[in-house]
Amino acid sequence: MRHILSVLLENEAGALSRVVGLFAQRNYNIESLAVAPTEDTTLSRLTLTTRGDDSKIQQIIKQLNKLIEVVRVEDLCDGDYVERELLLIKVRAEGDARQEVKRTADIFRGQIIEVTSATYTIQLVGPSNKLDAFIRAIDDVSIVEVVRSGVSGISRGGAS
Amino acid sequence: MTEQLSGGDMLIRSLQDEGVEYIFGYPGGSALHIYDAIFRQQKIEHILVRHEQAATHMADGYARSTGRPGVVLVTSGPGATNAITGIATAYMDSIPMVVISGQVPRDLIGTDAFQETDMVGISRPVVKHSFLVRDAGEIPGVVKKAFHIATTGRPGPVVIDVPKDTTDPFEQFAYAYPDSVSMRSYNPIVTGDSAQIDRAVDAMLAARKPVFYVGGGVILASACEHLRYLVRTLGAPVASTLMGLGAFPGTDPLSLGMLGMHGTYEANMAMDGADLVIALGARFDDRVTNNPDKFSPKATIIHMDIDAASINKIIDADIALLGDGAWVLEQLSTRLTQALKSQQKSALKDREEGLKSWWQQLEYWRAENGLNHNLRAQADKPILPQLAIQSLYKVTGGDAFVCSDVGQHQMFAAQYYHFDEPRRWINSGGLGTMGFGLPSAMGVQMGNPGATVTCVTGEGSFMMNMQELSTCLQYGLPIKIINLNNQALGMVKQWQDMQYGGRHSQSTYSDSLPDFKTLIEAFGHVGIKVVDATKLDAAMEEAFSEANRNRLVFVDVWVDPHEHVYPMAIKGGAMRDMVLSKTTAAESS
Repeated sequence: MRHILSVLLENEAGALSRVVGLFAQRNYNIESLAVAPTEDTTLSRLTLTTRGDDSKIQQIIKQLNKLIEVVRVEDLCDGDYVERELLLIKVRAEGDARQEVKRTADIFRGQIIEVTSATYTIQLVGPSNKLDAFIRAIDDVSIVEVVRSGVSGISRGGAS
Repeated sequence: MTEQLSGGDMLIRSLQDEGVEYIFGYPGGSALHIYDAIFRQQKIEHILVRHEQAATHMADGYARSTGRPGVVLVTSGPGATNAITGIATAYMDSIPMVVISGQVPRDLIGTDAFQETDMVGISRPVVKHSFLVRDAGEIPGVVKKAFHIATTGRPGPVVIDVPKDTTDPFEQFAYAYPDSVSMRSYNPIVTGDSAQIDRAVDAMLAARKPVFYVGGGVILASACEHLRYLVRTLGAPVASTLMGLGAFPGTDPLSLGMLGMHGTYEANMAMDGADLVIALGARFDDRVTNNPDKFSPKATIIHMDIDAASINKIIDADIALLGDGAWVLEQLSTRLTQALKSQQKSALKDREEGLKSWWQQLEYWRAENGLNHNLRAQADKPILPQLAIQSLYKVTGGDAFVCSDVGQHQMFAAQYYHFDEPRRWINSGGLGTMGFGLPSAMGVQMGNPGATVTCVTGEGSFMMNMQELSTCLQYGLPIKIINLNNQALGMVKQWQDMQYGGRHSQSTYSDSLPDFKTLIEAFGHVGIKVVDATKLDAAMEEAFSEANRNRLVFVDVWVDPHEHVYPMAIKGGAMRDMVLSKTTAAESS
C-alpha cells in the first residue's frame, strides 16, 4: 500500500543524505520525495511516498526515528490528509491537436503557462492520481517532457 | 578570562574533559595539528598502532571490556577508509566509540585534494551519527554531543571529521567544555513501559516451560545483576546469544550455554519447545532463529530492547518491553517477587510442578546430546581444537578475558570456555570481522592493566592484523595468543565439506604458512609450538607461567584440520533441527 511519510528534520547539511541513504541501505523504495525548509528555518520538511505492508512501513518509521537529525515522523495515511503535487508538462500542440490539448487541460483545470507555435506547457496541481489521469488523457506521442514535484501533504483539521 | 585555545588544542582538551585516557591512532597530514596538540600534553596517552583498522578494534576492545567509550584518531583519506571495517564492527555490536578523522582544509573539500575522501559519506551506513566540523568554535560542543550520542540509548560509533584548517594553531578561540547537552531530536529512553511490565510478569507466572534468551544488550545496559536475580526468581533456564555470554554465569546449572547456529543441543531444543521465550537485549538474528517461520512455534514472545526498530523486526513480540535494560529488569524482578508472594498456594504448586517437569526435559536433552566438557588428550590422535579451549579454561581458572577472532575457533571458544562474568568474552558477533582478535585484546589489556588477557585465534584471522605484534612490544602488552592452527580457513572449509561436496575452493594454504614460532620471536615475543596432544597442557602452563607474566606469548596449537563445529543448524529448519556430528551430517545429506 502507498504511504505518505512527513518527516521533520534538522535543517543541516548532510541530514537529507542520511534519510535517502537509509532507504537505499535497507532496501526500501522511495516513489517521490519533496524537501524544503519550514516556517522554522532550523527545520526542514521532507515528504516522501513509499510502498509496503504495515510491518514494513512501521519498520521504516522506526528506522527514520533512529536518525539523530529526525525530529518527528508522521504517516499521513494514518488519518485524514490533503495531498497535492505539481505537474509541468510540455505537449506538442499543432493543427487539430492544439484545440484538443487546450480542451483537455481545461477539463482538468490545468493552466497553460507557456505557448510556442508548436507546443503548450501546462501546469496542473492535484493529488498524484489526478496528474496520472491527465497524463493518460494526453496522447502519448504528443508529450515532449513531464516534470513532477513529488507529493506534498498535510493532515486535515486542527493542530495535531 | 576564558582560556584561548586553537582548534587542535580544544579538541584534545575536550577529550581530557570527557575523561578519555587513551587515544588509539595513527598520524598523517590532515591530523598533524591535532598530533602536535597531543605532544604538548600529558593527560591522555596516545597508542600508535601499525594500521588504522587495528586502532578501531583496540578502541572497541577497550570499550567492550570497560564499558567506557573507545577513542580513535586517524588522518584523512586512507587513514579514514582503513578505519571503516572497525567502525562497522562496532556498529553491528552497538559498541560506544568516537572516531576522529582528519580532513583536508575546508576550501579544498570537494576538489579531489591529496588524501581527500568523503568520510562522513563513506561511514554513513555504519555509524550511529557523524559530524563534519564546519567552524573551529563548535569543536567542544561537537565532542560533547559525540560522546553523548555514542554512549546513550543503543550505543554505537560516532565519527567527527575535522578539516585541517579548523585545527590551525594560529587561530585561537575561547574554550569552555559544555556541562550538558540537549538535542530536541535525540532523547534516548531511560525507563520503560510500566503496563507492559505487568503483562510480562503475568506471562511469566502463567508459563510452565519458560526460557530466557539473553543477548548483548543486557551487558551493554549493565543490567546483569538484575538479570541474575530475575532468572533465579523465576527458576527458568538461560540460553545466551554469542554476544550475551557472561551476562548470566556460564557455570550456573540454570545456564544452557549458547543458542543458535552452533548453540548447544539443549539450548536450541529449549527454545523450540518453550511456551514462553523471554528475549532480553537480543535481536532475533538469523544466526539464532534459523527459519523465522518455524521459530519457537508454541511460545509467547516477550521482547525487551532499547531500540524500537529491533522489536517486531524479525519475530513479532506478544509483549514488547521497550526501554532501558537495567530499569526494565529491575522492575520485572521486583514485581515478579511480589506477585509470587501473593500467589495462591495451589497456583504456586501448579507452577512448580510444571517447571519441575520442564527441567526434567531440559536435563534429559543436556545428558542426551550436550557438549562434553571432560575431553581427554589422546596420544595417537591430533589435538582437538575443543581440547585446546578446555585446556585454556583450566589453566586460566575460567577468569581470563578471552578475545576471539572469527571462524571455527570462535565457536569452539564460545562453546567450551564458560564465562561467569560479563565483558570477559570479546568478539565480533554481528559483522564477523576476521583480524579483530589481536587488536581487540590489546585494547582490553590497556583498559585492564594486570588482567589476564588472551586472544583465541586461527592462523587465517591472525594474519589479517599480525602487524600489531610490533605495537604490543612497544607498549609491553603481555597478551597470550592461542592460535588454533588447522592450516586452513576452517569455517569456510567446513561449509565446503558439508554443502559443496568437499571442494575446498580457496580455503587451504598449508604449503605457504609461516613458521609462527620464528615469526613471533622476530617480533620480540615468545613463541611456543605444540603438535602433540599430551603436551598441550604443559604448553598452556608455560604460556601463563610466572616467567612469561610480562611477555606476549603465542601458542601455535596444531589442531585436527578435519574437525567441524557441531551442533550446526540445518538450513531452513527450526531451531530443533541440528546436525550433531559428522556421522549425522552424512546421514542427513
